[in-house]
Amino acid sequence: MTVETSTVEATALTELPGGRAFLKPHRIILLAIAVIAIFCMAWFMRWDWIPDYAGRLAQGGGVTLLMLFSTCILGFLFAVPLGLVQVTGPWPLKMLARTFCTIIRGTPLLLQLWLLYYGLGSLFPQFPAIRDSFLWPYLREAWPYGVAALTISFAAYEGEVMRGAFAGVPAGELEAARAYGMSRWKVFRRIWLPRAVHRALPTLNGETVLQLKSTPLVATITVVDAYAVISKIRQTTYLTYEPLLFLALIYLCLTAILVVAFRTLENKIPTRGA
Amino acid sequence: MAADPATLINWGLLALEPPGWGGVLLGGLLNSIKIALGGYALGLLLGTGGAFGKLYGGPVLKDLLEVYTTLVRAIPELVLILLLYYAGTDLLNQLTAAMGYGPVDISGLAAGIFVIGVVQGAYSTEVLRGAIKAVPAGQIEAARAYGMAPTQIMRRITLPAMLPHAIPGLSNLWLIATKDTALLAVVGFSELTLVTRQAAGSTKAYLLFFCAAGALYLALTLVSNIVIRIIETRARRGMVAPA
Repeated sequence: MTVETSTVEATALTELPGGRAFLKPHRIILLAIAVIAIFCMAWFMRWDWIPDYAGRLAQGGGVTLLMLFSTCILGFLFAVPLGLVQVTGPWPLKMLARTFCTIIRGTPLLLQLWLLYYGLGSLFPQFPAIRDSFLWPYLREAWPYGVAALTISFAAYEGEVMRGAFAGVPAGELEAARAYGMSRWKVFRRIWLPRAVHRALPTLNGETVLQLKSTPLVATITVVDAYAVISKIRQTTYLTYEPLLFLALIYLCLTAILVVAFRTLENKIPTRGA
Repeated sequence: MAADPATLINWGLLALEPPGWGGVLLGGLLNSIKIALGGYALGLLLGTGGAFGKLYGGPVLKDLLEVYTTLVRAIPELVLILLLYYAGTDLLNQLTAAMGYGPVDISGLAAGIFVIGVVQGAYSTEVLRGAIKAVPAGQIEAARAYGMAPTQIMRRITLPAMLPHAIPGLSNLWLIATKDTALLAVVGFSELTLVTRQAAGSTKAYLLFFCAAGALYLALTLVSNIVIRIIETRARRGMVAPA
């Protein structure tokens, strides 16, 4: 297991707790305490705002999910060439990819987001060519900047993982494919990429959870995701804890769903000895 | 306004003296480093306790620690920071009120260190647990056979022997800690990202200031990497080089 993998697993939930012999005697007591605590929360805290905001919360959750999936898919598409170039590319491309990964991984996502939104966003209107182009209606909104920042960040982190995954595919398998007379592209498409993706799946799971944990940052540039809706609720109802606890619950559920989905996907791929 | 890039950059804004904002940015960087250092140290303390608790603790302690690490790893840092920030200050104020003092003014620095520390604690619990498990069981059994007490075993055998396994993960956590300090901008603590935004907002030179802050963060990461490499070679001396 590489350092990247173990760090991702230490910072993102990739496995649900539980499993064998869940109901031990002490757990029943702990569960009872937990149930009492949850009951107290439900009874003594104010939750009457939930029905009023249910629609907006669902919309915000949709935006969060849309952000998550679009940036993960786009980021992964960038990550594959980034990783591949670092393993096999000519040295100028290798250097470029490595510099890109270092810069993005070395600066906070919040700063990148604000750099794109406030920095580029304030620069664009000064160029008439951009103002007249068909892109302008989109560039005036906040979400393209959020998608761009999250995509770039995911590509850089996942590119590093894909580099390790591409390098880790046994050379014998690639040589065997070459010996069958496959072209370079065919080797890549049939052997190298699928094997690398398979190796990267556990880390990909963690990176996706990390990406979900990064999505609330887009609320700081006025994208109305689940976090932004909750902030709005906190401002209008003057409640400190209840909306935040509810938001934490939403993210817990989303993470659990992601983890289960990845586990199912991993189990579908046949492996030797499994 | 002119769209010529040469006139858009006014380097004087980065000057260290008051008309420029360079001094303010460096002050923000210093605050970020302070919080990262404090939070990381607190996280290491919590993580060491958590890792030993998770491996050698009783069943209740193990379960509680599992809940702690699961929650922190599943909920966004931003949400955790807000929750801990309000809950922590509220609790402290109620505590002082119960003891008969008035409400205390909690410094942003202490609150920032607390929230980053709690988050880092869960991460380093996981990293250290993996490192402790990598220590050969025979070494710990041998120490026990010598009649060492559990704390003695921890101090003499487990901690030194796990260090080479823990350092790569822990150094990644340090880099994460430095970047997580940026999230405190959302609760209004004047660390590097927030002062950058204030500087950019009042001078309208957004691109310049955000790039400057990015360069500062990058420099922090690169300098950290050099220090980490020195520590790593020292911790791994006498071990077979990794393939």
